[in-house]
Amino acid sequence: MLKIEDLRVNYGGIEAVKGITFEVPDKSIVTLIGANGAGKSTTLRTIAGLVKPRTGKITLDGEEITGKAPNYIVSKGITLVPEGRRVFPDLTVLENLKIGAYLRKDSLTKDLDSIYELFPRLKERSWQAAGTLSGGEQQMLAVGRALMSRPKIMMMDEPSLGLAPLVVKGIFDIIREINRQGVTILLIEQNANMALHTADLAYVLETGRIMLSGSGDEVLKNEQVKKAYLG
Amino acid sequence: MKKTNKRGSFIALICVILMLALVVVLENTVPFTSMLFTVLKKGAVYALVVVSMNLLNGFTGLFSLGQAGFMLLGAYTYAIFTIPSDVRDSVFYLFGGSALHISFPEMFESVFGSTGVGGAISLILGVLLALILAGLVAAFFAYLIGLPVLRLKSDYLAIATLGFAEIIRAVFQWDKLGPVTNGANMLKSFPSFTSFNLKDAGGHVVLRLSTLVPFVVATLCIFLIVLLINSSYGRAFKAIREDEVAAEAMGINLFKHKQLSFCISSFFAGVGGALLAMYSNQVQAKVFTAAMTYELLLIVVIGGIGSVSGSCIAAFLYIAASEWWLRGLDENPFLGIDAPAVFRVGLRLVVFSVIIMIVVLFFRRGIMGDRELPDLFRRHKKAAKEVAK
Repeated sequence: MLKIEDLRVNYGGIEAVKGITFEVPDKSIVTLIGANGAGKSTTLRTIAGLVKPRTGKITLDGEEITGKAPNYIVSKGITLVPEGRRVFPDLTVLENLKIGAYLRKDSLTKDLDSIYELFPRLKERSWQAAGTLSGGEQQMLAVGRALMSRPKIMMMDEPSLGLAPLVVKGIFDIIREINRQGVTILLIEQNANMALHTADLAYVLETGRIMLSGSGDEVLKNEQVKKAYLG
Repeated sequence: MKKTNKRGSFIALICVILMLALVVVLENTVPFTSMLFTVLKKGAVYALVVVSMNLLNGFTGLFSLGQAGFMLLGAYTYAIFTIPSDVRDSVFYLFGGSALHISFPEMFESVFGSTGVGGAISLILGVLLALILAGLVAAFFAYLIGLPVLRLKSDYLAIATLGFAEIIRAVFQWDKLGPVTNGANMLKSFPSFTSFNLKDAGGHVVLRLSTLVPFVVATLCIFLIVLLINSSYGRAFKAIREDEVAAEAMGINLFKHKQLSFCISSFFAGVGGALLAMYSNQVQAKVFTAAMTYELLLIVVIGGIGSVSGSCIAAFLYIAASEWWLRGLDENPFLGIDAPAVFRVGLRLVVFSVIIMIVVLFFRRGIMGDRELPDLFRRHKKAAKEVAK
């Protein structure tokens, strides 16, 4: 279980996250939704260790990981699929996947097989430079790369960004499949409709604070959310 | 896949052995005064230094311009620790003798003897030890400088490392350090490439090996760099080059890996500097200017940023063109080139610069891009397969 307590983060000179508290139960899909600048990305980046919080506490299964280095946090089983995919464009698909497993010393064959099973397209293109893949394929690669570290919790920053609706649906099917295999998912999305239909638990963030929480369906039915995010 | 890899390395090994054999045969058949050997020796040294620079600038994406500084450290370390004790005082005569009295080849001579096979072993071991120490000193300084400097990015890093190289050059010319560095004067009389020629009892050369030495050292070092690039560390370096944020999110410790790449690159730059000292028979701080770093950077760009074989090819072409092929423009008619006397002395550099501009214009990504030599053959095969389908 990942617990975030009273987290405050300054980012780019302003207080982007103003004391938020939430929980990510094991093996669930949790989503944070909110408008641009609500502090969603900053929250994920802080959990991943890329940004240091001002105050607050992040604990994973009882161990405090606040402000630890990113490599420590990855080795503890939390990985981030960054916003905008950020695959390594000049490296091949296979090299990209191997970098996902950088901190592991054991054999990768089994993981590669299971990722290729999940994304057959990546297997076909394993010798191709990642920059030549389509947007959807790059998102698959970014997810596959994150899975290579055998995470307990996979955090995804806007996986649907810039993708066609049909591709987005495919990505969300895969998120559910990965979750079924036992990986906890923490997802942030602007595509609130899709995210809320997928999530077990949802938090609505507004200018650095949590305004609302509940199961995906509950939040989906909330009048305010409907007005603000679902149109 | 494994099988082809094995076959590939086998072919590479045979090619390297053939190349080394060819070098020995050439040197013992062609008159040794030929410019060919100047080009081969200097080319091999430059190939190593350029590949080490490519490791940093091309593979790790750190735009550093400190290469000449690290070469200087290596060259001085090599010279100081190999000058024989009997000529030491005459080299350092302006400062009343040398402060350090260690000479590695002599150290081994006390074990193996100084004549015949024993002498050869002492020379080889002594020079080898000095080369390694040259690399270590350069790497150590890289470590110290890296602590503050590697937190900078792109242009800022380039300026900081360039500044460091200039500082090192100034410090080594400082009079107060004279007993160690001989101030602004040159260090000489240390073992050079020609010391490795086999001589008979009468002092006549039996077998010339002076070109083989830089080739063997450079080949070995470049082989080690290639191993590093193909390891998981090399992959991490490339990941940092492509996207620092994503690399960090994958658990790659940015600072540690940058530091590692910086130190390893400097190590080989130091070894390269020592080889350059051996090549030119003397060391003087004023040679290792920023212009030398630019020259190296130019070769990296011509060869292809991120291509080891490109760097090697470009190094030899660059040296051959600048030292040999265009000579006729400056001096007497040479290779069918005879420039009118008005342009003498100076035209060579003009023509050379124009050639470089043309190369850069028409090979935007360098001769090799980011591909390696074997890739060229592989691509052909893949294309053939595609057609067969």
